[in-house]
Amino acid sequence: MKSWDAIIIGGGHNGLVNACYLQRAGLEVLVVEKNGWVGGAATSRELTPGFAYSNCSYVCSLFRPEIMRDLELPRFGLQVISYEGGAVLTRDGDYLANYRDHDAHRREFARFSKRDAEAYDRYARDVTRQCRFIQPLLMRTAPDPTSLKPRDLGELVYLARKFGELSAAEISLMLRFWTMSISDFLDEYFETDVIKANFAISGIIGTALGPMSPGTAYVLLHHYMGEVDGSVGAWGYARGGMGAVTKALAASFEASGGTIRTGAEVERVLVKGGKAKGIVLAGGEEIYGKVVVSNADVKRTFLKLVEDKDLPDVFLRRVRNFKIRGSSGKVNIALDSLPEFPALPKNSPCYRGDLHFTDTVERMERAYDDWKAGRWSADPFLDMMIPTTLDPTMTAPGKHFMSCFVQYAPPKIEGRDWTDADRDGFAESVISQIADYSPGFRDRIVHMEVRTPRELEAEVGLTEGNIFQGELTFDQLLFNRPVPGYAQYRSPIGGLYICGSSTHPGGGVMGAPGRNAAAEILRDLAKPRLHMSPAHDII
Amino acid sequence: MDTVADKVALRRAAQGHFSTWRIDTPFQPRLAELSRTDDWYSWAGYRAPHSLWDEELEYFAIRSQAALFDISPMTKYRVEGPDAEAFLNRLTLRDVSKLKPGRVHYTAWCDDEGFVLDDGTLFRLSADRFRLCCQERHLPWLLDSAVGFEVSVEEETEQVAGLALQGPTSFAVLREAGFAGVEKLKVFDLAEFDHEGGKVVISRTGFTGDLGYELFVERDLALSLWDRLVKAGELRGVRAIGYTALNRARTEAGLIVANADFVTSEHAIRANRLRMPDEIGLGFMVDATKGHFNGRRAILEARARGKLRHVLVGLEIEGNVPAEHAIVYHKKHKEVGLVSAALWSPMAKKNIALASLERPFGDTITDDLWVEIYAMRELQYQKLMKRAKVVQRPFIKLDRRTANPPADF
Repeated sequence: MKSWDAIIIGGGHNGLVNACYLQRAGLEVLVVEKNGWVGGAATSRELTPGFAYSNCSYVCSLFRPEIMRDLELPRFGLQVISYEGGAVLTRDGDYLANYRDHDAHRREFARFSKRDAEAYDRYARDVTRQCRFIQPLLMRTAPDPTSLKPRDLGELVYLARKFGELSAAEISLMLRFWTMSISDFLDEYFETDVIKANFAISGIIGTALGPMSPGTAYVLLHHYMGEVDGSVGAWGYARGGMGAVTKALAASFEASGGTIRTGAEVERVLVKGGKAKGIVLAGGEEIYGKVVVSNADVKRTFLKLVEDKDLPDVFLRRVRNFKIRGSSGKVNIALDSLPEFPALPKNSPCYRGDLHFTDTVERMERAYDDWKAGRWSADPFLDMMIPTTLDPTMTAPGKHFMSCFVQYAPPKIEGRDWTDADRDGFAESVISQIADYSPGFRDRIVHMEVRTPRELEAEVGLTEGNIFQGELTFDQLLFNRPVPGYAQYRSPIGGLYICGSSTHPGGGVMGAPGRNAAAEILRDLAKPRLHMSPAHDII
Repeated sequence: MDTVADKVALRRAAQGHFSTWRIDTPFQPRLAELSRTDDWYSWAGYRAPHSLWDEELEYFAIRSQAALFDISPMTKYRVEGPDAEAFLNRLTLRDVSKLKPGRVHYTAWCDDEGFVLDDGTLFRLSADRFRLCCQERHLPWLLDSAVGFEVSVEEETEQVAGLALQGPTSFAVLREAGFAGVEKLKVFDLAEFDHEGGKVVISRTGFTGDLGYELFVERDLALSLWDRLVKAGELRGVRAIGYTALNRARTEAGLIVANADFVTSEHAIRANRLRMPDEIGLGFMVDATKGHFNGRRAILEARARGKLRHVLVGLEIEGNVPAEHAIVYHKKHKEVGLVSAALWSPMAKKNIALASLERPFGDTITDDLWVEIYAMRELQYQKLMKRAKVVQRPFIKLDRRTANPPADF
């Protein structure tokens, strides 16, 4: 009977990154994916003729360039295009723009506050300093602080030394970053509501916390430590939609000899004598493998695919308590023509960037209040963009695809499951907000896909629809991600690994969890890792 | 009056700035007319000329005639109020109580850890009115430092136009232009003069080490001031110049530029790039006797404990190849620093440079220093290892800069 060297459960970006590295190390690797296509949360799907939808993740910055290079993704079609900034439209008919040009950016802020305009340099310096500290940790396995293994000790020394290089001022700033709310943090730099709201966005995206909740300052950093081709902090569109990332990964994987099976839902992991032996598909088919790697989140992996009896109590309890609360939804829209926003001048570059309507931190917090009460936000926060303003491959000329990331949306509505009527109400809250700023918007809509946490869980497989496979709060980071003692991609079951965003360094289309997990697996198998580039230098 | 609606209307009226990333200074119409090279760069978001017609010849205009250089993009703050002196004394390194009305001094200010935020010139326009000019932006720092003082701080970069008129005939140009009494200005003096129903502040200051003046005027009067100077200077060889020429002159004068010769503390991402005043040649400004000022404790402690790590020096280098951004070595082997500005000085006939060295090199150890110059010549690096000698700044000292009365050419 055939036994694969490695079976990867789930063809999301981390599963595919992991599979690519294992296959390139000479292993015979199988990826099984429940959907009829690969991609997980990084897909481009033609949901109505002539329109490609980035229908889950929608922008790219965090994906590690080392991985793109190792896996030759450009050869397989991956191209990421930086975009030009964005704007927050304000209720008084004005807007605050973010321009890439440093001085134009300052002049734009000066329209609202001269003080805030000149505060930006210090803010940018402080955020950059913190990102530079964290960035090198992304591509390293987090050390186990309780372990006495030379490798863990070595990594701890590395961390301690990095920490030791910091001045007292930097250490205090770091602790504040890791523990503060983004609202409090921004109050230290800025005075204007809309300017604070503009930055607070990065502190709440994907998180079931409000801008006034402690821990959200770190979430902001997480969104700042990416890059587009060396431009640190920049965000871009994957040409062809976010599916271009996973399409290139799948092509790279298959070109190196890997096998993908789509439409194959895994029912459970085969465990014998505390060791993973393979998987069982929904139809009952058994597939054997020496190593099983799960790209699913930690809850789905250990609460659904593995039987409780095979897992230690403490581990199980911690997995159950792991915070993976759904907080967001997506409304994806095919448009007949480019919407107009009368507040924005027609030649504004902001049309090609991210647009928002939530002009105060207070409004964001109120939107979060609805989430706490188990309702979608009556006045939601939108992260909206029209990638087809820069990417000619997704629609016919003149037609557009609009992606709206919407927060907040709870995993359950006042304790019960979402209904279709709820979903429609949620969509209406979004469309009516856009229409308030864009007359005639409804008439441009050709087709619309609405994804609440219910759809994200059912269709993508993200527990509760949490886009990060677990919140990025400091209690769930580094050697505590996903749970203490199991932060090195291994599990209590021999031969069963996890490689998704539930693991260090967390969510976003980053690929680092998949890569780091591959490094650990190859280490366990005593296979060479020369095909894995180390993290780029931070100089 | 609905002030909220007014504010929104004002904000919206300013939206269109994004149609150009580089905005024009009030003098741009004249600069554009004169520009033959079309060689512009961004100076803090303003379109500014690298050169206008010929960067070599523009330099000689500074040293032989009179050069007009647009300094409007320089950041300017108006500091006003009964506590203005006390506030500035608390903020900056030098003793502002010694700066009399009608005088200017070159100063710097530091963060709490004693690292330099910027250097700049402080103009005392009257007993309780000052103008602070500098390279970077500091409004939050200034406003926060002003808490508890009866003082207002306003950013006025765009409202106020600035011109530098530098060179041996600069005095003659001003006199010819009818600024009666300008001959009385000694170095670092300033005075107000009438211009077209308004006022122009003229100071005997500059960034060239030469005889020269700086003129500040409300932006509406900028073009008429320019025209007045150009007309008056017709027979005195007045020429407009770009930054490349000025940069040569300032290097000869041994003057430093923020974020070129040192990194200002609000911009330094890497902690070891921060500099205390003593580390960039500004130690002379620190007045330990004047009472508390920002960074004082840290600076004095660093001095007492010998914790100053760097020193900025003038170098004279063998040969004639400029050592721009060359690495400095001790005994040709140990890396001890970096050149931040360098050129062959036409006035000194020497190959000069400004360099930051790691102490004790450049401080107590000044012998056996070398610079490694990579000179790109027809697609090949000619590597030169040249001896460098630490010398006093300025590299040139021109009597005409300080002569009283100023020479009338």
